[in-house]
Amino acid sequence: MSRLIVGPFNRVEGDLEVTIDIIDGRIAEARVKSSLYRGFEQILQGKTPLDALVYVPRICGICSIAQSAAAAQALAAAMGLRAPDNGRRAANLVQAVENVADHLTHFYLFFMPDFARECYAGQPWWPEVAARFKAVSGSAAGDFLPARAGLLRAMGLLAGKWPHSLSLQPGGSTHPVGVSERLRLLRVLREFRRSLEATTFGDTLEAVAALETARQLADWADAHAASDFGRFLHVSRALELRALGHAGVPYLSYGAYDEGPGRWWPAGVWTGGPALFDPGRIAEDVSHSWYADAEEPLEPARGSTLPLADKAAAYSWCKAPRLGGEAVETGALARQLIAGHPLARDLVARDGGGVEARVVARLIEVARLVPAMERWAADLRPGETFRVEGEMPREADGIGLVEAARGALGHWLSVRRGCIQNYQIIAPTTWNFSPRDAAGRPGALERALVGIPCDADGKAPVAVQHVVRSFDPCMVCTVH
Amino acid sequence: MKLLWLQSGGCGGCTLSWLGSEWGPLFATLNDAGIEILWHPSISEAGAEAALEILQGCAAGTRAFDVLCVEGSLLRGPQGSGRFHVLAGTGRPMIEWVARLAAQARHVVAMGTCAAFGGITAGGMNPTDACGLQYDNAQPGGLLGVDFRARGGLPVINIAGCPTHPDWVTETLLALARDEIGTAALDELARPRFYTDVLVHHGCKRNEFYEFKASAQKNGEQGCLMEHLGCMGTQAHADCNLRPWNGGASCTDGGYACIRCTEPGFEEPGHPFMRTPKVAGIPIGLPLDMPKAWFVALAALSKSATPARVRQNATSEHILPWPKTARKP
Repeated sequence: MSRLIVGPFNRVEGDLEVTIDIIDGRIAEARVKSSLYRGFEQILQGKTPLDALVYVPRICGICSIAQSAAAAQALAAAMGLRAPDNGRRAANLVQAVENVADHLTHFYLFFMPDFARECYAGQPWWPEVAARFKAVSGSAAGDFLPARAGLLRAMGLLAGKWPHSLSLQPGGSTHPVGVSERLRLLRVLREFRRSLEATTFGDTLEAVAALETARQLADWADAHAASDFGRFLHVSRALELRALGHAGVPYLSYGAYDEGPGRWWPAGVWTGGPALFDPGRIAEDVSHSWYADAEEPLEPARGSTLPLADKAAAYSWCKAPRLGGEAVETGALARQLIAGHPLARDLVARDGGGVEARVVARLIEVARLVPAMERWAADLRPGETFRVEGEMPREADGIGLVEAARGALGHWLSVRRGCIQNYQIIAPTTWNFSPRDAAGRPGALERALVGIPCDADGKAPVAVQHVVRSFDPCMVCTVH
Repeated sequence: MKLLWLQSGGCGGCTLSWLGSEWGPLFATLNDAGIEILWHPSISEAGAEAALEILQGCAAGTRAFDVLCVEGSLLRGPQGSGRFHVLAGTGRPMIEWVARLAAQARHVVAMGTCAAFGGITAGGMNPTDACGLQYDNAQPGGLLGVDFRARGGLPVINIAGCPTHPDWVTETLLALARDEIGTAALDELARPRFYTDVLVHHGCKRNEFYEFKASAQKNGEQGCLMEHLGCMGTQAHADCNLRPWNGGASCTDGGYACIRCTEPGFEEPGHPFMRTPKVAGIPIGLPLDMPKAWFVALAALSKSATPARVRQNATSEHILPWPKTARKP
């Protein structure tokens, strides 16, 4: 057996190290280490509850709005508040802007540049892909960054700025959208749609969102080879990314986008078929994390965070959340599977869901979200209220479960004597990149890396990079 | 000019904000100015071994680079060991890497309030013993010490802000590449004066409400946010309302308070962020250079002179009465 320590991983939002054990030319075991601790759960203790809205977005510069939304929901639950329709639509819009921007930031800046590496120089597709996706100098970054900046103008219109806004509040949004702002918002979305349809997809968003089967996707890829999504699908076919990086654990989504009566994409669990999600079955194990042990894995509402850098057997600052004792995978693929998108279900039925399916689900989600954003923006009612007021009881509890771009994000808040007594956060990458639990069960990425063939040169194979990044990890959230 | 960028105890938001730069494609702007990104954790191709080779070469002085950019607080804990952030793949604390690289750099730049002063990570009881590169909160010192000067002769340049505005970063780098930053270009906290010689208050669109002390009672209303809702725009150095964010907005445009995020210690204001602390009904934090007695007198006067239009709109989410059009008889 040989052991490799791989790090620092870049293009992952934060710091990450992976230890891999290689037996007979394949990865036999992987250990995923989050090497940074930040202390937000400790910082929040004793604060005025609403001050969480200042601290938690700053957990993460890329999931900033998602963190705000989770806090706002936890506070709203504690205060018994429900945002008016305008506030609900504004919240959907800012969350969708962030998710779409994040999905494409991941695609263009974090994930695709790996295929421009010299190690692929012999591949027939390489010259075009390298010219397009090379980190920093590729033409795609030159197209995408201005388009992204254009989309982020929607954040200016709705939330003042991004990242780190205070506009999402338990009772709605602090920024009432006026007549002209609503029209500008629609213009921003139209311009963004134009750039997606011209370069990312080379097709209408509706046509992409309507793809239902792996077969249709393959035909679409052949017909749209000059689009960025088409380029990815060709590389994926050549490198068989569909067969790479299966985690083999259940999928979890908390559900996303409040449509009034329920969420557009519902909460749920997928274990080969749909299953109900019960938040009461979540518990965090710290047996392999640098935190003081509890007697048993604790449900987050009772969770504690006491760092212990010298703990033997621990190897990560990430805790190990488990759902009914099981590791789960979360992210766009989980959301689309559980929401019943036919293509997501077909890809998972065919392959079990690996690198390709994760990336496809993100782009399908972009194609589905932008038309929904156009609808939410059209439905904003200037002149009507965007938020309601409420009082925080001296004693209250609240849970906020939302979906960040990279998956299920939960906040558990306890207010006692008017102050935050406990605030526990489980971020998407805490699920995906968790270390082992007390029973030795690995987290989703630890499982997804097993079996990858390794070269004899003693270096980690580039496939490890693809698998790690296919989860769109956010390490800074993980180690809040 | 070669740039080396490290991220420590932060959220990466200053990078994400920077990538939202609006004045032309960012990478082309840098390229045109002769700025080369030697390594940046969010955008460079090189990872693992290749990245370590770059970092080791720079730290050893065998690989030339010019500017060390640090994003995120420097985590000194637990017990001074720096083990709250060990740079992946190296087994060494990030604070050690930063100190070694800073010694080799021509300029050292703190990207954001965390790297400048400690920032949000230093909030509460500061569980990670977070500090800035050359400040611990408002106290000079920090990780590198009071006397630190980069090889180019300057102290750490603090582009404070949570996050930083994309232009603050780009323009500081452009000015460095043109050799146009000397000590006179930096303020008392070593922040580039091109954005800290003004206050967030300057250019605030709630200006008329401020003049009349016509105040919003709740977030989302149009009135001034200073009297009740915690706005510290009159005490915060930054041009957020003159050089707006994301296509033309700011925190105050967004309907919520300026929380003074470019200043040391913003993370612990000593009162709830969204409520203005008062003594006998008068806000404690008055505009920076305004005599208190005058402020109180003027406030009383302007309140009594407030037009009905301004008073009514101050507590409304939307414009109710609008300025009447004057008609000549």
